[in-house]
Amino acid sequence: MFVKLLLLFISASLVNNVVLSRFLGLCPFLGVSKKVETAAGMGGAIIFVITLSSLVTGLIYKFILVPSGFTYLQTIVFILVIAAMVQFLEMFLKKNVHALYESLGVYLPLITTNCAVLGVALDNVQKDYDILTGVIYGFGTACGFAVSIILLASIREKMEYNDIPEAFQGTGIVVVTAGLMAIAFCGFAGVI
Amino acid sequence: MNKPLERLQNGLIKENPTFVLMLGMCPTLAVTTSAINGLGMGLSTTVVLALSNLMISLLRNIIPDRVRMPAYIVVVASFVTIVQFLVQGFVPSLYDALGIYIPLIVVNCIILGRAESYASKNPPIPSLFDGLGMGLGFTCSLTVIGIVREFLGAGTIFDHQVLPLADRAAGKAGYTPISIFIMAPGAFFILAILVAVMKEVRKSLFEKTGKKLAPAESVLGEDCAVCPFAASCSGKSVLEAKKAETANSAAPVKSTAGKESDS
Repeated sequence: MFVKLLLLFISASLVNNVVLSRFLGLCPFLGVSKKVETAAGMGGAIIFVITLSSLVTGLIYKFILVPSGFTYLQTIVFILVIAAMVQFLEMFLKKNVHALYESLGVYLPLITTNCAVLGVALDNVQKDYDILTGVIYGFGTACGFAVSIILLASIREKMEYNDIPEAFQGTGIVVVTAGLMAIAFCGFAGVI
Repeated sequence: MNKPLERLQNGLIKENPTFVLMLGMCPTLAVTTSAINGLGMGLSTTVVLALSNLMISLLRNIIPDRVRMPAYIVVVASFVTIVQFLVQGFVPSLYDALGIYIPLIVVNCIILGRAESYASKNPPIPSLFDGLGMGLGFTCSLTVIGIVREFLGAGTIFDHQVLPLADRAAGKAGYTPISIFIMAPGAFFILAILVAVMKEVRKSLFEKTGKKLAPAESVLGEDCAVCPFAASCSGKSVLEAKKAETANSAAPVKSTAGKESDS
């Protein structure tokens, strides 16, 4: 059991990296990766939200949608639950865990409509994971996101001083970098 | 400005969501491994976009301003669910190929972006055509990217073998597919080239006409603040409030202070 979950974690975080091989959450990946600090904050917030949302949506699916036969409403229910949860989470952190709020708070509202969050929730349903497996899968996926955004941010910080062809300055070179990172992450394919 | 034809043209050419506005990049990269997938995804998005634009425009005077975002999301998600079942029922092969990217149309920036910036302010008919135009623009770009990737990566277009493949064993000369183009890294490279070309085109247009085009860096810009989706999700107002709040006390986060868009 433990080995299975560990393998799932590695597969979700490295082999099937959420940004680099599945293209989910591309906007924050390209948008918030200018500085390592910000990237780490975003990564932390994503880990927090995805892990929690895969737990909550898993519970809702299993105990509300399946018994009542409303599974076809999953997309609507999940997106609303995620949006509401992020709002509550923000209020809760602001009131009770101020240190965490200071470091993650700014990013929380931006994550509401991140496709990676909804993607993981839908994945859990589609792949028929039980709740524990779903949470591990979500955690792994989010860790994969955090790793890749921090790596990209570190590369971008170095790239500031490079001489880049004019047309590729700005977004272009960042996307090329992401492509090269995707090639590197293809190397993990043999791990499992 | 509100004529149906003009709305169509606007979506297809002037404000093409992929090539000009650079919106909705996640599905653009993920599903364009072949032309047919790109076309299918584009058409599904078009249906959702047109219908939700129409519906939101009809409801625009009923929905209270404060809860408009959740209301839009419910409308969009309902149409996405309908489209999902239609695709699953009638084109199962496409459904298998697109997988979770069909339900993920809900979080496509183009749809909420149009709802917020056009449909919520304009009458139903122009809104419908605005959705159609934007959707068809999206479809065209996805199909074009799909054709390029499929052609380079497999030597086929819409599953027809265009370039005869090389066969080493039989000693037949031909095309050796550059399979990286239908894999993940290839999508990034194609997008990078696209972005670079767009930048050059805009620059030369600027030099020729002397008119600056509206900034289009949007999602792929430098920060979340320029994302048009941030304007429609709760993010932007919060971000701005936070910026003002943390401006005085030294913020731990270098947030999104006024970036100049250089496009």
